[in-house]
Amino acid sequence: MNAIKNRVMRGGYGSFVILAFILIVAFPLLMDIFRLNLVGKYLTYGFVAIGLVMLWGYGGVLSLGQGVFFGLGGYAMAMFLKLEASDPVSTAIQSTPGIPDFMDWNQLTELPAWWLPFKSLPLTLIAVIAIPTLLAFIISYAMFKRRVGGVYFAIITQAVALILTVLIIGQQGYTGGVNGMTDLKTLMGWDIRTDSAKYILYFINVGLLLGSIALCRWIQLSKLGTLLLAMRDKEDRVRFSGYDVSMFKVFAFCLAAALSAIGGAMFTLQVGFMSPSFVGIVPSIEMVIFAAIGGRMSLIGAVYGTLLVNFGKTYFSESFPDLWLFLMSALFISVVMVFPNGLAGLYESHVKPRLVRRKSGSGPAKSIETPPKPAATPSTPASDIGLGAKVSNQSA
Amino acid sequence: MTFDEIYNIALMQGFAGLSLFAVLLLMGLGLAIIFGQMGVINMAHGEFMTIGAYTIFLFSSLTESLAPGLIQVYFPIAIVCAFLIAFAFGWLAEWALIRHLYKRPLDTLLATWGLSLGMQQLFRSTFGPKEVSPTLPDWLMGSWAPTEGLDIPINGMFVLALTVVVTGGVLLALYKSRWGLRVRATVANRTMANAIGINTTRTDRLTFAIGCGVAGVAGAAFTTIGSTGPTSGSLYIVDAFLVVTFGGAASLWGTVVSAFGIAQTQSISEFFLSGSNAKVLTLLMIVTILMLRPQGLFAAKVRR
Repeated sequence: MNAIKNRVMRGGYGSFVILAFILIVAFPLLMDIFRLNLVGKYLTYGFVAIGLVMLWGYGGVLSLGQGVFFGLGGYAMAMFLKLEASDPVSTAIQSTPGIPDFMDWNQLTELPAWWLPFKSLPLTLIAVIAIPTLLAFIISYAMFKRRVGGVYFAIITQAVALILTVLIIGQQGYTGGVNGMTDLKTLMGWDIRTDSAKYILYFINVGLLLGSIALCRWIQLSKLGTLLLAMRDKEDRVRFSGYDVSMFKVFAFCLAAALSAIGGAMFTLQVGFMSPSFVGIVPSIEMVIFAAIGGRMSLIGAVYGTLLVNFGKTYFSESFPDLWLFLMSALFISVVMVFPNGLAGLYESHVKPRLVRRKSGSGPAKSIETPPKPAATPSTPASDIGLGAKVSNQSA
Repeated sequence: MTFDEIYNIALMQGFAGLSLFAVLLLMGLGLAIIFGQMGVINMAHGEFMTIGAYTIFLFSSLTESLAPGLIQVYFPIAIVCAFLIAFAFGWLAEWALIRHLYKRPLDTLLATWGLSLGMQQLFRSTFGPKEVSPTLPDWLMGSWAPTEGLDIPINGMFVLALTVVVTGGVLLALYKSRWGLRVRATVANRTMANAIGINTTRTDRLTFAIGCGVAGVAGAAFTTIGSTGPTSGSLYIVDAFLVVTFGGAASLWGTVVSAFGIAQTQSISEFFLSGSNAKVLTLLMIVTILMLRPQGLFAAKVRR
């Protein structure tokens, strides 16, 4: 019995179950569909955040261009939906029926060839993952093989984010320009704007997110995860032990990119549009702060961090628009200066010792009843920090 | 089209490239000091430029309301003040924030991004969300037409001249002054510099502040070209970083050369392509070259 309990605690299954409970049971019961859809939208950023935990927390590589992959995934999905929404019947008033409206406005008379694969759903789903991962591979292979890392990598990823934004906005006829792709209606004839569809999409989203967390957790517990950590802290020693350090970094970057792309595709499905404002530099850095607030070493903390920052953003930018940027600024600075391991780190250092002293038990159970404030309750990333939090956070 | 017209177009096009070069170099100079010499990623660099720009705006409004007669002469004084104010803010930021983070470059990046957000909101609360432009003295307006069909804008020439002066000043300070000696010693080998009695903490603070001051001058110069808003700074930041990285981080000459190369590439491709395509082409070229040659054009020989 104890052995099982230990195993559960080691893998962080406890906190995982609590998160799953909150997302699958508590939120749908407590919220109306409008709010739930909002949560679903936030959770799509959660994919980016857990990708960053793997890449930045474990791999020690900071990318400021995750919005690129989020955007590519989202755009791939949006292109499919847009093609379906612009069948010849509903676009009969255009001068060229059957092509997306923004193409018609920009005097295009036929569908560009590179749009054609997005007429098929399987090809689109492959593209959602493959295109961002391929781009991530090209960027990271070129950089890491030359042992460029840290700051330079961050700047290059930022430049890539800028390039993609300028490209999307500039090529209005092919991409919808600054407005993005709007008026997305159906997926294989299934109306994604209805309430029931939103519920289903929410649960698919949560399922994918929990699956991604499980996958990442599995990687963390495997030898690969240990190697990533070792590489982050003493890259040269790992290299001298005979490992090809750069390929591990490439893997982490591709993984983070693929996760972000899934998030982007789910974003498009749930929100119903995609625009360049989710691709550029500012959203990319905001996604980093989600992971940083939750705790860059904790997958589950990253999800809570994403939810918390986004709830905060929605609340503050509605009620006190002037305060939000100051608060955001304070968050950035304090997460670096005061609590570098984020909420998960705070939980680990402040809440957990007290729980252990009180012989726990009642602690986690109580927290389940108050899901809307996940961060403050003890339900935050419990033991899934494990190894990570104890290892020094200073990447070389 | 006669030969004269082609000649004039080529001249004006060349000058457009030169002004872009001046703009990029001014943006990059402060960063070349902070990022190149100290290795600190200052994402708030653009906001220090905005401080300079707002200083000019403040001066022009004050001069207009209090002493309208001085409107022709306030500009040089305001530029000096832009330097001093940005310098002071830089000093403060280093003391409060940066000095704790020297060993954590990625965290510095996040913290200074936070700083930039705060500063943007501060600008918005103080000066309002609208873009503002100062009233410029008459001698900065208009254009210079030496021959028929040739128009060289005066503000472009002014920025170019200022760039030459500032670049010369920075080069002189870095290679001929005691401060420059200390900075270079600290960059080359911090421990050794400390051991021979250089106060590296103080050097760092002064270096950071001077970098911010130069950014302030850059922002001041940009008021002659465009208007200033709370988020203007964020438009420059990626370009500025690319200029410095492309040139080779620790080399000031590299910054000059890379600013020139980038500016000419962009302005020449702008002549043939649309604005956004030219930008994409330029950025793609920089990123590709940086992937193939990560140390930049001019790699400094520094022991790390």
